Order: sequence, then structure tokens, then C-alpha cells
Amino acid sequence: MLTIETLKEENYDLLIIKGEIDASNSVLLDEKMQEMKNTGSKSILVDGNGLEYISSAGLGVFMSYLEDFQEEEISLKIFALSPRVFEVFKILGLDQLIDIYETKEAALEA
Amino acid sequence: MNYQLKIYCKTTALADLRSFLQATLRELKLSDKDQHQLTLAVEEVCANLIIHSHQCNGSDQIKLEVKESPEKIIFEITDKGKAFNLLDYEVPDLKKVVSEKRKGGLGIILVKTIMDEIEFESDKGQNTCRLIKWFRS
Repeated sequence: MLTIETLKEENYDLLIIKGEIDASNSVLLDEKMQEMKNTGSKSILVDGNGLEYISSAGLGVFMSYLEDFQEEEISLKIFALSPRVFEVFKILGLDQLIDIYETKEAALEA
Repeated sequence: MNYQLKIYCKTTALADLRSFLQATLRELKLSDKDQHQLTLAVEEVCANLIIHSHQCNGSDQIKLEVKESPEKIIFEITDKGKAFNLLDYEVPDLKKVVSEKRKGGLGIILVKTIMDEIEFESDKGQNTCRLIKWFRS
């Protein structure tokens, strides 16, 4: 089960992910990321608090946007990942490529 | 202990696979982190088979057996699709994955990093992939 909600805040867009992302539903994440890019978002904050599981299909979606975001100066930050999900980002070295914070406040201040 | 599961080759079966693995691994004395990572590695191999070897053909099946001994746990995955030998694939460079905007390749890094040993054999149309994790005290 996966739900992805988007919220437009004053200075950023919030992407709230709840549930599990695998090869059956990673296209949902792709669509939401594309939508944010297309609507001209310059700052995307991903709330990972409810993200219980993510396989390479979902991680690949984040990775596939990194270059475009860099070129278009779109900032991508993820916050509140559970320790076990964060560990998966670390195995791949994605914690070196994506800005990951413990809390939303820390992500906003950075 | 020995546990078995058969799933049909569709990506929606991956959630069933995770439930089975979570229930099975919960009985072993593994940390939350290890349970999570073993589930992920097994799912990555099965997702690869479903998508690349069976093209999501819902009438095909994959069998998973979990075998536990005091020193190791073995996940044996058998199927009758196109042989996909993980060992033939090099771990891709992460920077290359980013610059080529590839969505694939990451699963192989995860499986090879999480598991201690990977075995593969193909015989008379049946492929067997064994993922092995040694227990460390």
C-alpha cells in the first residue's frame, strides 16, 4: 500500500510518502516527481516519516532526477526516514548524493 | 526450519513475498535492520525475475525456499524463465547510474552488498539462485 500526497507551501513543495515503494508502484513516485518538476517547483521536501520500505525501484526514481534537478537548480531534501530505511540509502551511498535530514525543521534550516 | 512460498510473476505479488519473509524472519534471532535488508535482497532478485525473465507473465511462478541452520540462512529461489545469473553482472558505478539516469542496476548493488554468498545454477530449464547469509555472533 502506498500513498503519496503533495502539499504546496510558501517556499517549498512537500511530498508526503506513506507505505511501501516497490516495483509494482514506483511509477507513482515517478509521476509525482515529474509533476513537481513540471509545475516549476524549486524546492522539494520529501517527508519520509511514513515510508516503511523502499526497494531499488523507488530509490532509482530519486536517482534518475538528481542530474536534472542539479541542472535546473531544484533542491531535493528528504527528512524523517526511519533508521532501517535510511540504512538502505546508505548501502547505496545515496546519503552522499541526496541531502537527508532527521527532521523537517533541520531540512528547512539547511 | 524450512519455509516455502510460491508467487505468480506479477509485481503485485512482491507485497505477499514481503509479508511471508517478514513472518519467517521474525522467528529468527535477527536484528530489525537485518530482517529488513534480507527481505529487500530477496525481493530484488524476485522482482528481477518477474520483470526481466518472465516479463510479468502472471501464469508463471517463482518458488522461494528459506532454509535455516545454526550458522546460516539460505534463500533458494527457483524459476523456469530465462536464466538470469546475478553473478554475470558487475556492480555498476553509482555515478554512472546517476548520469545515465538509469533506474536499473541498483538492485544488484543491494543484493551483492547485503548477502554474503550468491550461487546460481541452471539445469534443464530450471534456474536456482541461492542467497546465503552467515550468522555472526
